[in-house]
Amino acid sequence: MARPKEIASRPERLTGGHRLCAGCGAPINVRQIMSVCPGPAVVSVATGCLEVSTTIYPYTAWKDSMIHSAFENAAATICGVETAYRSLRKQGRIDKDMYFVAFGGDGGTYDIGLQALSGAVERGHNFVYVCYDNGAYMNTGFQRSGATPCGAWTTTSPVGKESYGKTQNRKDLAEILVAHDIPYVATASPHNFKDLMNKAEKAFNMPGPAFLNVISPCPRGWRTPGDQTIALAKEAVQSCYWPLYEVEYGKYKINYKPRPEKKTPVADWMKKQGRFAHLFKPGNEQVLEDIQAYIDRKWEELLKKEECL
Amino acid sequence: MSRKAMTGNGAIAIALKQVEPDVMSAYPITPQTEIAQNYAQFVADGAVKTEYIAVESEHSAMSAAIGSAAAGARTITATSSQGFALMWEMLFIAASLRLPITMPVITRALSGPINIHCDHSDSMGGRDCGWVQLYGEDAQEGYDNAIQAFRIAEHMDVRLPVMTMIDGFIISGAIGPLDVLEDEQVKQFVGPYKAIHPLLDVDNPVTVGAFDSLGGWYFEHKVTQNMAMAKAMDVIGGVGREYGQLTGREYSHFKTHHIEDAEIVLVAIGSAAGNVKTMVDKLRDHDVKVGMMKVRTFRPFPAAQIAAALSGAKIIGVMDRSDSFGALGGPLFMEIRSAMFELGARPQIYNFIYGLGGRDIFPDDIEGAVRLLEKAAAGEKITQKRYYLNVREVSLDGQA
Repeated sequence: MARPKEIASRPERLTGGHRLCAGCGAPINVRQIMSVCPGPAVVSVATGCLEVSTTIYPYTAWKDSMIHSAFENAAATICGVETAYRSLRKQGRIDKDMYFVAFGGDGGTYDIGLQALSGAVERGHNFVYVCYDNGAYMNTGFQRSGATPCGAWTTTSPVGKESYGKTQNRKDLAEILVAHDIPYVATASPHNFKDLMNKAEKAFNMPGPAFLNVISPCPRGWRTPGDQTIALAKEAVQSCYWPLYEVEYGKYKINYKPRPEKKTPVADWMKKQGRFAHLFKPGNEQVLEDIQAYIDRKWEELLKKEECL
Repeated sequence: MSRKAMTGNGAIAIALKQVEPDVMSAYPITPQTEIAQNYAQFVADGAVKTEYIAVESEHSAMSAAIGSAAAGARTITATSSQGFALMWEMLFIAASLRLPITMPVITRALSGPINIHCDHSDSMGGRDCGWVQLYGEDAQEGYDNAIQAFRIAEHMDVRLPVMTMIDGFIISGAIGPLDVLEDEQVKQFVGPYKAIHPLLDVDNPVTVGAFDSLGGWYFEHKVTQNMAMAKAMDVIGGVGREYGQLTGREYSHFKTHHIEDAEIVLVAIGSAAGNVKTMVDKLRDHDVKVGMMKVRTFRPFPAAQIAAALSGAKIIGVMDRSDSFGALGGPLFMEIRSAMFELGARPQIYNFIYGLGGRDIFPDDIEGAVRLLEKAAAGEKITQKRYYLNVREVSLDGQA
């Protein structure tokens, strides 16, 4: 990868002036990823915050060609674009190298768009799919998704006399993609920009499908101050809530391993977010313990996978 | 030109092969499957340059078609029934993005109960999605419409997606004679593809499918779609005439038979038109003043031309192969009835719904309809407007 200073001086591919919230993780992630895209790209975006806020007609923040058609089909749409490219290139009607990338939120990826994503990667289209995971349907005002962590308040996993918020754990999306046996799967976080851009560059250059799951803090939905986005992403990684790892042709590599004494309790991270505030009232100690136990189990499993695979 | 024996699906697959589009995305569904698999075989044999996407659903079939067409490639798909229903969301988006995708639809009943046989509830359910709709009677018309669809969709005045229907099984699976053009004739007729604002033009990047909020241009956008539909009316006619010069088979929005002096006119769409025509000829031998109209263009609906053609009739019987629950009648009935409203002296109009879920329609059923209309023509007061042909007696209490 080029030096960060050089990358930072490249022209912006998602310009300022878009209407995403202050502190939103999505445009930070998009800009880091697009800054290492090796050539002109076509970007497909699922319906969601990123799409509505960057393409308010007649304006667009995208310097590359961009297409949005619906919510559940960012992957299927980019397949069509990529196939058109292959067809026209084969016929000699295009001669430039181009890159294809889809962005979807967790709702558009873990839930409603999972089928289209699964089909697209199984067929082996040459594209990068990026999920910017903010842990809920934030665009419609904070409803639970398959990515919402256990214990989180959302408007459809509300807190009440009979409920402590979402009672289920998250879907392990990266592992679902690993199970598709595609060339490259990675998780990333915007606080570790070098790691994220390394992975994005690798993903772009990988022949065949590549998948990146990037944590994307949402100040509105997480009930956090807008200036804490990067710190929260960092602590998510340090607590092993969001491990950084990559799987290249089936080979696991963990990119950040906190020493046991540096691995922070997940409750410390949760305490900083309003969506978990109710869990810190008396009576929820067991819930917090269960959440920590789950994080620990998943981390142990990941360590074993790296060792064995 | 050569004559071949072919199924309706086979005929359409050959038409698509002769056009040889850049991309096809397709998902198999009865009774369309033969098209999906025949085309996959053409690709496997290296007989076409087309890139084929064997998608995992019809929603993705249409989504990928949208991506491909927006990218700048001539793009096709094909579907039936539940597949049509599953891509319904995307049909509107394809039309609103003004992408000239073409899609043969092999019409089949919609569940439930699940039923794989022919009716028009799939395509008629999508009549307001912004696609041009052409209905064919037989394999030849399916073939001819599939070719003309490209010219209509890609015409610079139109730039709308076009779906061409043939009846599932009745036509799609039946073997009949087909006049096939030479590949070169088809290619020349269709011409090269010109993409507008393609995503793949790296020197001129575009944003497609931007967000339109309050205060935006959604309403005007919809109005321009309707303007394009109005333009399509002329373009369909022009393409149909030109196709006639090439093949001797001229196409317009509808065809009539013995309509000039007819008191009673039956209007049909799809394969049943052939049965109706046979019955008209038979009844003419018995001096019944009956004629018929076969509708080809359903969207845009040629209301003025149809009203003018039917203006001499006293009684009209409209035959629908789909119902519209709770409405006055089936979709074709409502269009025809509405079109006739502008006439000074309006004929009486009755609706005959038939063939749902592939139920057979027999000559006796059609004759029965005409006999009923004869009573109305003779001045008998008939209040019931909607009839079901060849249906068993049923009641809501479950007693057959």
